[in-house]
Amino acid sequence: MTKITDLGVIETLEGLKSKEFSSEEVVSEYLKLIQSDSKLNAYIHFNGEKSLLEAKKSDQRRANNNSLPLDGLPIAVKDIFCVAGEKTSACSKILENFIPDYESTVTSKLWQAGGIYIGKTSMDEFAMGSSNETSYFGEVINPWSSDGDALVPGGSSGGSASAVAAKMAPIALGTDTGGSIRQPASFCGAVGIKPTYGRCSRWGIIAFASSLDQAGPITRSVKDSAVILQNMAGFDTMDSTSADIKVPDFINSCSKPIKGMKIGIPEEYRLDGLANDVQNVWESGIKWLKEAGAEIIDVTLPHTKYALPTYYIVAPAEASANLARYDGVKYGYRSENIKDLEDMYSQTRAEGFGAEVKRRILIGTYVLSAGYYDAYYLRAQKVRTKIVEDFTMAFNKCDAILTPTTPTGAFKIGEKNIDPVTMYMNDVFTVPASLAGLPAISIPSGLDAKGCPLGLQLIGKGFDEETIFSIGSILEESANFKNI
Amino acid sequence: MSLDKSTLKRVAYLARIKIDNSEIDKMTEELNNIMKWVEKLNEVDIEDVQPMTGVSSMTLREREDKVTDGGLEDKILSNAPEKIDGSFTVPKVIE
Repeated sequence: MTKITDLGVIETLEGLKSKEFSSEEVVSEYLKLIQSDSKLNAYIHFNGEKSLLEAKKSDQRRANNNSLPLDGLPIAVKDIFCVAGEKTSACSKILENFIPDYESTVTSKLWQAGGIYIGKTSMDEFAMGSSNETSYFGEVINPWSSDGDALVPGGSSGGSASAVAAKMAPIALGTDTGGSIRQPASFCGAVGIKPTYGRCSRWGIIAFASSLDQAGPITRSVKDSAVILQNMAGFDTMDSTSADIKVPDFINSCSKPIKGMKIGIPEEYRLDGLANDVQNVWESGIKWLKEAGAEIIDVTLPHTKYALPTYYIVAPAEASANLARYDGVKYGYRSENIKDLEDMYSQTRAEGFGAEVKRRILIGTYVLSAGYYDAYYLRAQKVRTKIVEDFTMAFNKCDAILTPTTPTGAFKIGEKNIDPVTMYMNDVFTVPASLAGLPAISIPSGLDAKGCPLGLQLIGKGFDEETIFSIGSILEESANFKNI
Repeated sequence: MSLDKSTLKRVAYLARIKIDNSEIDKMTEELNNIMKWVEKLNEVDIEDVQPMTGVSSMTLREREDKVTDGGLEDKILSNAPEKIDGSFTVPKVIE
């Protein structure tokens, strides 16, 4: 018999609608799993009392025939979204005991649509990482790990991807700055979409790199992601870069034919030494789309190899400014080991931030400092323009671009910690779309040599998530990927 | 351009992050490796290219200049590490 927790977003909503089960039952089942988890460490906080209370209210709305679009659906939330009254730390010691009094726009929209908060998921500290190993609350395990061979779930939304893949949530929210939704989704065999920059409000999301950060869902199916994005997207005056553009019908676009669509294959993503398993999955994806009537064409994105170095100047520069607010004065951690005000700042930040966060603040401060600004930051901003122009040219010829999501499948815990640049290479295929602000989705499409998931990435034109939902649905159907 | 130990100390001061002497060698090396790697950008011809700060091309919105909230003192102070009489407190700065 199918368990309630095996159901995805749409199936859960159907079961609630047909009164097959109540929201209270669904929420109770997930809370049991979260409480008893001793293996994955995907969640860091939950509030069973609050979740059950909200579930009861939802059941009451259904009984009164007043139900909302997502009524009764449990939703896990990456610890970067402010949820009123719930600890929100971005998995950093410096915010360990921070309890926001306000709600992020995205979570607020989901609760208004009837969604039920089920818990906070782990992440890399301040979303800086690709393996979830920098979380103050410890490593998260990829549910695809075999005994004695613990694999990372990817990052930074590693807790969200792990929870969804392990069926400890039908959906979890993530954020993506350089690949933080897509890469963990790929590693855990889940669907993850980073919408167009400006599609979802950033208000109430702890800032990492403000010109890149975007929120999106991680689910087990493309249509589930469409349902959630439909309810979290939209204009918000509280975010100055929020786009005042109508949100289209994403759910409908999941069942549109793709016959005659042009899919671009960028030659620059065929890296030297791209692993055979990744190459094979990519070739399968091309074949499936051809069979569905799409036309495959070659496109060129000549500045692809400069995307990662550009990102590692732009993102740390913005982070160094955003993270200046953590000074031990207004909220969060304050060192006890202090002599004076100056000491309070520098000691608090030394004790409160982890190694990777410090590294990025220092890089960001350096590239913005007098004498180095033009050589590094200004140059990177100009190269970013070239990267965006590449995409503009490519999209004159095609409707979407198909690439692998990651250069490898999930790796072992500790395997890529040796030096920062090795870790940064994980995001080589996801960072370009981030710099250009384009929507991109990762769809589980095959397995690597170890038998772990590999995703394919579809990049769309700005504010055209619809096309990647249509093509993504075809990929999903053809790949017929089996969850754990 | 290489990032030497004295530059690292200066940057750490600007960022207000205390660095232990025992960490300096390792950090200098790590940051130097990253900075060497990003120097690949010097290959790109950026003559006459406009820098971009973000992808959104819209102009900033305006709103009427009026107070939209206030009276949030308790909420704002609720997470303060130290507070006295409706104020944040910090170590004494004036003798």
